[in-house]
Amino acid sequence: MMSRLTCLCLLLFFVTTVSAEIAGFPFESEAQEQRFRDLSSELRCLVCQNQSLADSNAGLAQDLRSELYEQVLTGNSSNQIISFMTERYGDFILYKPRFATKTLFLWLAPFLLFIVGVFFLIRFSKLRNQTQSIGATEEELQKIRELLQAEEKENQ
Amino acid sequence: MSQPADTQTTSQENKPKRWVYLLPLGLFAVLMVFFFFGLGLNPRLIPSPLIGQPAPEFSLPKLSNPNELIQHTDLKGEVSLLNIWATWCTSCRQEHPVLMKIAESKEVPIYGLYYKDVPEQGVVWLQNYGNPYLENAVDEDGKVGIEWGAYGTPETFLLDRDGIIRYKHVGPISWHEWETKLLPMIDSLRKNNDV
Repeated sequence: MMSRLTCLCLLLFFVTTVSAEIAGFPFESEAQEQRFRDLSSELRCLVCQNQSLADSNAGLAQDLRSELYEQVLTGNSSNQIISFMTERYGDFILYKPRFATKTLFLWLAPFLLFIVGVFFLIRFSKLRNQTQSIGATEEELQKIRELLQAEEKENQ
Repeated sequence: MSQPADTQTTSQENKPKRWVYLLPLGLFAVLMVFFFFGLGLNPRLIPSPLIGQPAPEFSLPKLSNPNELIQHTDLKGEVSLLNIWATWCTSCRQEHPVLMKIAESKEVPIYGLYYKDVPEQGVVWLQNYGNPYLENAVDEDGKVGIEWGAYGTPETFLLDRDGIIRYKHVGPISWHEWETKLLPMIDSLRKNNDV
C-alpha cells in the first residue's frame, strides 16, 4: 500500500516537472512542441554547463528558450536553429559534438581502442592455449592419467 | 596433442616481445598528457565563434538619452572596446575601477552594452561610481546580448577600426590583463591593423 502511494507521488512529481518545462510556451501543433522539446534538450546551457536549455533556470537559458520558441513558431528548420545558436555561442552549445576534424579523435577513439583490445585479446588467448600444453609425450600422459585415477580411487 | 619439441619452439616464437609490457605505461603516459592539458583548461571560457567576424548588428536606445539610438556602425572608425555589463552583475562592480583607469588613460574608447537591466538603475550606478563609457546601448530584453554570444557578464570585445571583433575577454578585466594582453593588442591593431 505504502509503495503504491510513493509510486503515485513520484509519478505526480515527474508529471509536474515535465509540464513545467513547456509552461508559458503554447504551441499550435504537437510536432512543434516535440521539436521544441528535442532542441531544448540537445542544446546546452552555457551558464550551468551540465544542464540543457530545457533543464536550466538560468536567466540566459530562459532567454535562449524563448528565442528557440519563437524560431520554432516561425517555422525555422532544426538545422537553421542549431546554426543560429552555434554562430553565436560556438559548438560548445551542442551536447552532441559535431563530427569534424577537430573532434575526429573523440569520435573514433572508442572504435580504435576496441580494435586494439580485440587484437590483444586474440593474441594473448592464442598464447595461453599454446602454453597450456606441458610438453609431455603420449606415454607420459598415459602414466599421469593412471596416477590420477589411482589417487581418486584411494580418496573414495 | 603436439610433440614436445614442436610446442617448445612455437611457444618461444609467440612469447610476447618485451615492448608489449611497456604498452600500458605508454597508454598511461598518453592519458596523463591529455589530462594535463585538458584539466588545465577553464571550462568557463568558451571560445567565441565571433572572433574575426564583423560586430553583430544592433540599433538600441542610448542609456544617456533613450530618444537617441546607437548602432553597431557607430563603433567603426577606430579601435574600440565593447563591454557587456549590468548593475546586478557583481563582477562588473569589481571590474569597474579598472574600466575607469582605462578610460582615464584615453588609450581606447569604451562602449557599453547595458544588458538586461533597468535603464534608471544604470544611470544611477554611473553617477555614483563614475562613467568610463563613451556611450551605452540599452539591451533590456537581452536580445542583442544573444547576438553577441553573451553568457556571463562582464564580457569585453576588442574591435578593430573596421568593426571586426578581434578578441573576447570573459570575466572582469584586471589591470594586469589590460597591460599585458589588451593594450599590446590595441597598439598592434593601430599600427598593423592586426593582433
